[in-house]
Amino acid sequence: MKKYSISSIVTEAFRDNLGWEKAWAKPKPKKEYEVIIVGGGGHGLATAYYLAKNYDVTDIAVIEKGWIGGGNTGRNTTIIRSNYLQESSIGIYEKSRFLYETLSQDLNYNIMFSPRGVLMLCQTEHELRAMKRTSHANRINGVDTKMVTPDEVKEIVPIINIDGPRFPVLGALWQPRGGTARHDAVAWGYARKCSDYGIDIIEQCEVVGVKKKREKIVGVETSKGQIKAKKVCFVAAGHSSVLSELAGFRLPIESVALQALVSEPIKPIIDCVVMANTVHGYLSQSDKGELVIGGGADGYNNYSQRGSFLHIEETVRALVETFPVISRLRQLRQWGGIVDMTGDRSPIISKTPVEGLFINCGWGTGGFKAIPGSGWATAELIYNEEPGNLAAPFSMDRFSEGRLIDESAAAAVAH
Amino acid sequence: MSSRLPRGGSRVNREKLVDFRFNGKNLKGFDGDTVASALLANNELLVARSFKYHRPRGIFTAGEEEPNALMGIGEGSFFEPNIRATEVKIKQNMNVNSQNHWPSLRFDFLSINNLLARFFAAGFYYKTFIWPRAAWKYIFEPMIRRASGLGKAPKEYDEEHYEHIYHNTDILIIGGGLAGITAAKALRDRGLSVMLCEKDSVMGGRYLQDCKSEDRERYKKLYESSIEILKKSKDIAVKLNTCVTGIFDHGFVLAYEENQGLNVTTKKALWKIRVKNIILCTGAIERPIVFPDNDLPGIMLAASARDYLQKYGVLLGDRLVLTTNNDYAYKTAIELKQVGIDVPVVLDARASSDGPLVKEAGALGIRILFGKCIGKVEGKRKVDAVGICSVNGEGTIEELISCNAVAVSGGWTPNVNLWSHCGGKLIWDGDLGFYRPDPDKTPVGKDGETNMLALGGCAGVFSNYDIQDQVPRKINQFASRLKIKSKRYIEPNIFSKELERNAPPVFVLPYGASKDKQKRMYIDFQNDVKVSDLQLAAQEGFENVEHAKRYTTLGMATDQGKTSSINGIYVLSQSLGKSVDTIGHTTFRPPYKPIPLGLIAGQYTKKLFKPIKKTPIDKWNSINNAIWEPVADWRRAYAYPKVNENLEDTLHREVLSVRKNVGLLDSSTLGKIMVKGPDAGQFLDLIYTNMMSSLKTGKCRYGLMCNEAGFVFDDGVVARLNEQTFLCHTTSGGADRVYAWFEEWLQTEWHHLKVFIINLTEQYSQIAIAGPKAREVLQTFKSIDLSPDKLPFMHFMETYIDDIWVRVYRISFSGELSYELAVNSNQAEELWNKLLKAGKKYKIQPYGTEALHILRAEKGFIVVGDETDGTVTPQDLGMEWIVSKKKNDFIGKKAFSLPHLNARVRKQLVGILTLDTDKVLPDGCHALEDGKAIGHVTSTYFSPTLKRSIALGLIENGRSRIGSALEFESSSKESIFAKLVDPSFYDMEGSKQNG
Amino acid sequence: MLYLFCPICRRDCDETELSCGGQAHLIRRDHTSSDKDFYRYLYERKNDKGIIFERWRHVYGCGKWFHTARCTITNQVFGSYSAKDALPPKSLLAKIRSSRVDFKGWIK
Repeated sequence: MKKYSISSIVTEAFRDNLGWEKAWAKPKPKKEYEVIIVGGGGHGLATAYYLAKNYDVTDIAVIEKGWIGGGNTGRNTTIIRSNYLQESSIGIYEKSRFLYETLSQDLNYNIMFSPRGVLMLCQTEHELRAMKRTSHANRINGVDTKMVTPDEVKEIVPIINIDGPRFPVLGALWQPRGGTARHDAVAWGYARKCSDYGIDIIEQCEVVGVKKKREKIVGVETSKGQIKAKKVCFVAAGHSSVLSELAGFRLPIESVALQALVSEPIKPIIDCVVMANTVHGYLSQSDKGELVIGGGADGYNNYSQRGSFLHIEETVRALVETFPVISRLRQLRQWGGIVDMTGDRSPIISKTPVEGLFINCGWGTGGFKAIPGSGWATAELIYNEEPGNLAAPFSMDRFSEGRLIDESAAAAVAH
Repeated sequence: MSSRLPRGGSRVNREKLVDFRFNGKNLKGFDGDTVASALLANNELLVARSFKYHRPRGIFTAGEEEPNALMGIGEGSFFEPNIRATEVKIKQNMNVNSQNHWPSLRFDFLSINNLLARFFAAGFYYKTFIWPRAAWKYIFEPMIRRASGLGKAPKEYDEEHYEHIYHNTDILIIGGGLAGITAAKALRDRGLSVMLCEKDSVMGGRYLQDCKSEDRERYKKLYESSIEILKKSKDIAVKLNTCVTGIFDHGFVLAYEENQGLNVTTKKALWKIRVKNIILCTGAIERPIVFPDNDLPGIMLAASARDYLQKYGVLLGDRLVLTTNNDYAYKTAIELKQVGIDVPVVLDARASSDGPLVKEAGALGIRILFGKCIGKVEGKRKVDAVGICSVNGEGTIEELISCNAVAVSGGWTPNVNLWSHCGGKLIWDGDLGFYRPDPDKTPVGKDGETNMLALGGCAGVFSNYDIQDQVPRKINQFASRLKIKSKRYIEPNIFSKELERNAPPVFVLPYGASKDKQKRMYIDFQNDVKVSDLQLAAQEGFENVEHAKRYTTLGMATDQGKTSSINGIYVLSQSLGKSVDTIGHTTFRPPYKPIPLGLIAGQYTKKLFKPIKKTPIDKWNSINNAIWEPVADWRRAYAYPKVNENLEDTLHREVLSVRKNVGLLDSSTLGKIMVKGPDAGQFLDLIYTNMMSSLKTGKCRYGLMCNEAGFVFDDGVVARLNEQTFLCHTTSGGADRVYAWFEEWLQTEWHHLKVFIINLTEQYSQIAIAGPKAREVLQTFKSIDLSPDKLPFMHFMETYIDDIWVRVYRISFSGELSYELAVNSNQAEELWNKLLKAGKKYKIQPYGTEALHILRAEKGFIVVGDETDGTVTPQDLGMEWIVSKKKNDFIGKKAFSLPHLNARVRKQLVGILTLDTDKVLPDGCHALEDGKAIGHVTSTYFSPTLKRSIALGLIENGRSRIGSALEFESSSKESIFAKLVDPSFYDMEGSKQNG
Repeated sequence: MLYLFCPICRRDCDETELSCGGQAHLIRRDHTSSDKDFYRYLYERKNDKGIIFERWRHVYGCGKWFHTARCTITNQVFGSYSAKDALPPKSLLAKIRSSRVDFKGWIK
């Protein structure tokens, strides 16, 4: 694989860029693989990559129904943070954030990880108390966050209106090492490196059936024919339930549309990521200059990748209140992604009732930030056929045991 | 150079001069001019710099598809960046500034990017800036961020008024061109409500504008009679200046109305229209041919050049070359020639054409070269000359023609954006070279039936004759499909069959353009995406159209690829050696045209943003210096500081007044839900963890609710008003949630129970009077007897204070002798004042929510949301006593038997006393054991009563640790040590509240 | 922006008036059930890509719950019925079957 660098760019520039190879190969599927990953989004590609990198397993096919990174990897608001409350969440999200820091170098692909800082606003006394608890939990678990005062918030984000009027900013949790990355590049970078390892990435290939022998996986039926494998892992986010149905079991998952939008590009006005949970809105500015805005998910099951205007309206209203100067900027584009919500809003990295079949799903509205850590933990699970420390808390049986990992409940209750 | 003709221009009022400024220069235009037409009239050809290479750019179109001419317009609160100059009318003293350049539009430092363009091919930034790691954050990215973006953001708060308008209609016609007008006429008198939205300020689209002079009278008559008919029809509403921007599920449509002009007050409204069916008549957008150096100022779409001439009397230049592949574009050459402008040559990509317009142009003496196109354009910041080359071959220049304007047309692309928003599919029309609506895969409504019909240009039907021929027929079919009984609509076709030839599609010329030329052939102007970029994307395996788009940023600029997308798809398909229809197209997303975020927020901002709920005591609170705390939708008095009193002192004073004398609390926000009916007790037994059906009339009982997962959900006191009626109090924040919870279980699970539920939270207000003197204060009102045997703890009575009806609950959340008085909300303020007056000699003081929290923490009472976080069971809180063993079933019962809820290690509620009594534990800090967190502080205060710090916390197996000391980490990195105790610090035996 | 028929108000309601309660016809499991059955009741969901039966409440309206059958791909709505109905009405199932040949029928 040709190395990406300044010198290769210069060399190519003088020969009409004719020397650049395909970023990832376009092979036909083989008859059999050791491992099949179903789902060519960030999580699936990362899983394949860490199987190769950490365990030398390269006889892998990543099967993608559409185009790689075309699901939630290419539809999110690109926020990376690990300022979670529960220890198990902190474990996987911080691992992920840590891997993001050097991902460009690891992949030899500039994924533009940009630790511009993530600010989580507290706009009620209750939220302030809950966030203080989170900050303590973060510190004990080695996540670099701190509480900042309203004045410090104003200093970090001069365009914010900290005085309300409805919900004054009472403080914020600041994670300076959080930030954003270029979402498409994460998928492309992993794909390129996977391809370099000899992993087959097969696009436009839909899984239509699951082949089992006595409750043990033997392969999958696809739109490009049958492919055998010793191990299979579903990494299909919003479409996980469709796959699990083919494999004969159900998941504690519901698929809903999550909405996001961008504004027209403008010169930099906000440097970090701001999340306002009381009013439901996230805001950051991309390197291109667009304001990237995310908000709530629709309340009903949906696979149509388009959603209601309702939540766009609520989110924009909240952000216009919080950042009044954005009022005269214009919405350029809105879109929806199908996110997979579990009963406790935490992910699943788990064995399944079918031997040799594993699943990674349930990342809901927050999967992008978890891609490297999730891939790392899932690779470990697939290789050992047992979860490691990172994945263990996220097994599916937590629901029947009552062992929920509930991040949101803590913030949702007011006195 | 561009200039204004001495006469002409259907849109401008030449009587009225308008002064405006462009980049500080004072310029003049006419009333009715757009910024674009006024700039052209003033010979401002260079008006913008592109996004990536900062290339000089001019006005390219005359509508919302404009990729180049984006301006910062206005000042102060009304400044707006990135406005398309083609869409905004000039106003007196309007301040217009070009964007994305430094130090000036003419000399832009970053146009150095243009010189380095060789290194900045598509996706170059993914391949570099990788090492050293820190450089991305500190050097490269800040550099890129500064360079990117377009306009500047406004600095001041927006003072514009926005409005949302709601509307319902049977039929929405989008677009008021010939197709839209005909459709509207055909739909009248059928008993349907019809709305027609036209984005322009006049109806008619292009048909009248582009007609031949000999047809003008006839066409005009049709137009005028049609407008008259529409005006007279009661069932047809026409909205001008209203652009439909988004179509959503079940016929939900968004439209943006913006009235502008000299004598109009600007109005910006977002229409939310619920429609049954949509007739799409959005016409088509002209498509450029991509040729070398095609982005220089002075190059414009052919129809747009015509627009400026016809509507504004403005000439793009006085020596214009037309390059095209279709007859229709000849109109531009002909009309310019007719006003005496030199058209040295028309370059026609076709081998030949004998259409009437071609003949007419020839007859006017215009030189027409078939099989030729532009191989290069000379000029630095504007067109000076074009080099002619053969369409076949690599583009060797045969002849240089000096000129100062170029009009380009590659035919028309149906404007299908809205068709796709809600699931409509497109098919590739290979003959004409565009995607058009697939009549078999239409958007569907809630019933699963087709709810959209595309007519006219947006369906790929361009000629007036065909439109007039098809539209009535299609509308009749449509009406019969809807089973609408009415006469068939017939309209005589006044148009003659047009003889213009369908042009074979042409996208990029010359066909064999050399590598060098491909690097100068721009597809997406704003984002500087060139033919070579798409080729590189294809070469590197970004074969899917979505990958190619994201890799090159094609079609992702503010014009959303309106003039570039098809050309881009074509280049991609050629590079991959595939046909266009196998490539597909990217998804069209709302909005069709960018809309202000402030408009989306609408009128629901500032005071109308989540309106604050206020209690009846709010006015008094406000006058008496309350500081506020938002609690759910309410605002509550947090504390009542006196002048020159710091908050700490205020809280101490308020707490001690309750402990020593008497305090008054506005607790009106408390949730109050009445549950009534023969089965009310049975219902509540299922809802609460403890037994409610055994509660005696006249008594109160504290109750806890869990969810099915076994976690505490809400709590509060339940009073049994009579045999069949219970009043359930909830937390302030939980009222709506608990009410919905009750309804859900009653309606969907236990619907056999005879129960009614009503949320009375706002009907009753509640005032707590607490402290050792509370009884004395109330006894000053002669009508009540509150002696302990008449009203014991956890009982209530109904009585009058003076003539105000009250329900007096003897309950306590402070641990003191305490009464809570429920009163009809309209009399709450009166009662509050009476109580204050009566309590004056007992030194009664109002206290706020924070004192309330300190008081309850001293007593060791939990607050749902502080001591609980959605993962805490009653057992964790040491409240096993409230979980009924007797009841057969209640919500949460099953969960209490799950393994994890009975785990060996669980966090349990304990009291925490710091060894250093002055040291208050930080909110939410964690207890450590061997460096591992084993729990956290849930509530922590300095207790004015005990004169020491107190805290509650959830600690792993906390109850068995009572008596031992633990280390608590604080953010100051210095540990605090504290002893675990029983979670009650004050009056543990309860003699005060019970006395 | 859905527009659903409330069978109590007997009119179509805008999504802003409604709140969704997820999968319909779940059978509540009490303390006598196994942990597995309880898990299925509380968390496991069909989440079909296709026709689903779901619960809605006309929260800013009559306040009543009702059921609908809707396609999660096209958002086509086949009808609304009472929240008290333990199973989808036969007529509704017939209607779905007539428009969707691949509809497998109501499966728990």
